Amino acid sequence: MTEVLTANRIPLENYAEVVGAGEIEELRALAKPLRGRSIEMINSTAVGGGVAEILNRLVPLAEELDLGIRWEVMQGAEEFFDVTKSFHNALHGEPYHRTPKDFEIFLSYNERNRASLRLDAEFVVIHDPQPAALVDARQAGLHHWVWRCHIDLSHPHRAVWDFLEKFVSRYDAAMFSSPEFSRQLSIPQYLFYPAIDPLSEKNCSVDPEFVEQVLHRYHIDPQRPILTQISRFDRLKDPVGVIRAYRIVKRYFDCQLVLAGGSASDDPEGALVLQDVLRAADEDPDIKILELPAWAPLEVNALQRASTIVVQKSLREGFGLTVSEALWKKKPVVASAVGGIPTQIIHKHTGLLAHSVEGTAYQIRFLLSHPEIAAKFGENGHEHVKENFLITQKLKRYLALFLLLDRH
Amino acid sequence: MNVAETPFDFVTASFLTRIGNQSAGTLAELLTGLEHCSDASIFHHTFQTLELHHFLTEGFSNDFAQWTLASANRNDLAEQLAVLDIRDYTSIAALRSDLCRVVGDFCGAYPQFSSQSGLERFYFCESVEVTVSLGRSARTLDEFREGVAHLSHAGFYHHFISSRLRLQLQTNDFSRWLSGSLGLHTLADSVNHIDVYTDTLDSARAKMLRLIDRERRKA
Repeated sequence: MTEVLTANRIPLENYAEVVGAGEIEELRALAKPLRGRSIEMINSTAVGGGVAEILNRLVPLAEELDLGIRWEVMQGAEEFFDVTKSFHNALHGEPYHRTPKDFEIFLSYNERNRASLRLDAEFVVIHDPQPAALVDARQAGLHHWVWRCHIDLSHPHRAVWDFLEKFVSRYDAAMFSSPEFSRQLSIPQYLFYPAIDPLSEKNCSVDPEFVEQVLHRYHIDPQRPILTQISRFDRLKDPVGVIRAYRIVKRYFDCQLVLAGGSASDDPEGALVLQDVLRAADEDPDIKILELPAWAPLEVNALQRASTIVVQKSLREGFGLTVSEALWKKKPVVASAVGGIPTQIIHKHTGLLAHSVEGTAYQIRFLLSHPEIAAKFGENGHEHVKENFLITQKLKRYLALFLLLDRH
Repeated sequence: MNVAETPFDFVTASFLTRIGNQSAGTLAELLTGLEHCSDASIFHHTFQTLELHHFLTEGFSNDFAQWTLASANRNDLAEQLAVLDIRDYTSIAALRSDLCRVVGDFCGAYPQFSSQSGLERFYFCESVEVTVSLGRSARTLDEFREGVAHLSHAGFYHHFISSRLRLQLQTNDFSRWLSGSLGLHTLADSVNHIDVYTDTLDSARAKMLRLIDRERRKA
């Protein structure tokens, strides 16, 4: 068993400045009937990835509400994570080449973890497919078990989903990031959005001088429009498509393009994509391709704040929290209508959706021509995030779910 | 100062969105969905969306209108759906009937558009409400003002908007109590006329507090 002890605690009261005192009072009211009750969050990694990032923030806030919450990470060896990686890709609809032992390995590691994890909490929240089979440890009629799926199950590989569904259907409920990602299940399914932390380094307010320093460091001209896409160098994020859209916009506006993502040095596929991106950029001095260190939240924050328009031209997307990050900073966003993005971008209200390279370029040109509309979208977007995609809202949804499960 | 016999109990409501099993890719499918979805789904996409998107004060009034505009690209139908005002309804059945009539009439008049695929699908969801007492109540107008000022968006929405349906009356929790328990009929009426479509929840609350303050100055 590995219990994760979270660091970087931010007192709940600090969030009142952002969301209002009424919201914090409401969290306390919702938590009151659950005070002292035990909650166990289980996933497969303590660091890296969106789930760990959210739990790192969510668990300390829940503790402040006097909930008996703990976060545990299941243990596995390379063979297990190889299998779950292939499951992950297969559930995303990619080809899957089953080996006879895959399901056996998956079950055997879940069984070992059943022996070492406590799994005795009144509310057990299992994150993603890796620990899904832990539900075998559930004693009939005792406690509440829910499955939080963070991945897109809209086009899963049949064999893998059929295998997992047998476990999923034994939970009390399942939660998905978008209705599009859900499946036909016999158990209730709820919409649970991922969330950003407004007080984290990636989203907190930063000194304008620091923003200037970052622009200076990367030779970005603050006087000319800056188009930015923040994402890893991955074909599904379509960075080459962004460059093509930029070239169309460039005919009309003297703008710059920033493509910033994590280093591709330890990711063979990422390195190939980066080569394609560099080739497409063709040494254009107004295209800045930035390989940021693995964890550079303040730089990302500064680049987003310095942007005139933030772009997220993904071909496929889970939820796309970079969109919420940009909206929180009141930035106008042009993004593809894929995955969870349309939930964040309400077309013509909180930003503009696009379906092609040309459409992306057109929407960017429109916003550059109408800065007052762009500003309005940014304001609306900020409110939309505040209402729906902040960590405090996510905590509220969990509390409501636990109360609902308890009443049934 | 009037003291009410029955206190106003402030509660807050949290909504979970339950994903339904229906979706629509065309206007014809939207009509089928509207005819067969649950009452909770109609509530979610009309009443609840006002809370979720309360900061949008122009051009957005319910999810059906927004999908028709942004995905099905039918501005004319979207406008007809957008002008349906939830304050006119005291039952989901009546609201559903009007939604179906508007979409059905359009599909009948323009059959060529009814089967065109939208850019994205519409997913029918439901609201599941969880209410909790805030442990605060009011017997006087001063206490009432204090309570309203400190409500979260969800609490304000619960008392001011979703209560209309619960009460089956064209009023809300606040107006009902102001009139019934404090006898402040004019104030109750003014509060009831605050426009929930062109105001955000914050600006609606600010207007309400100004109305209360005006009443307090009279006393």
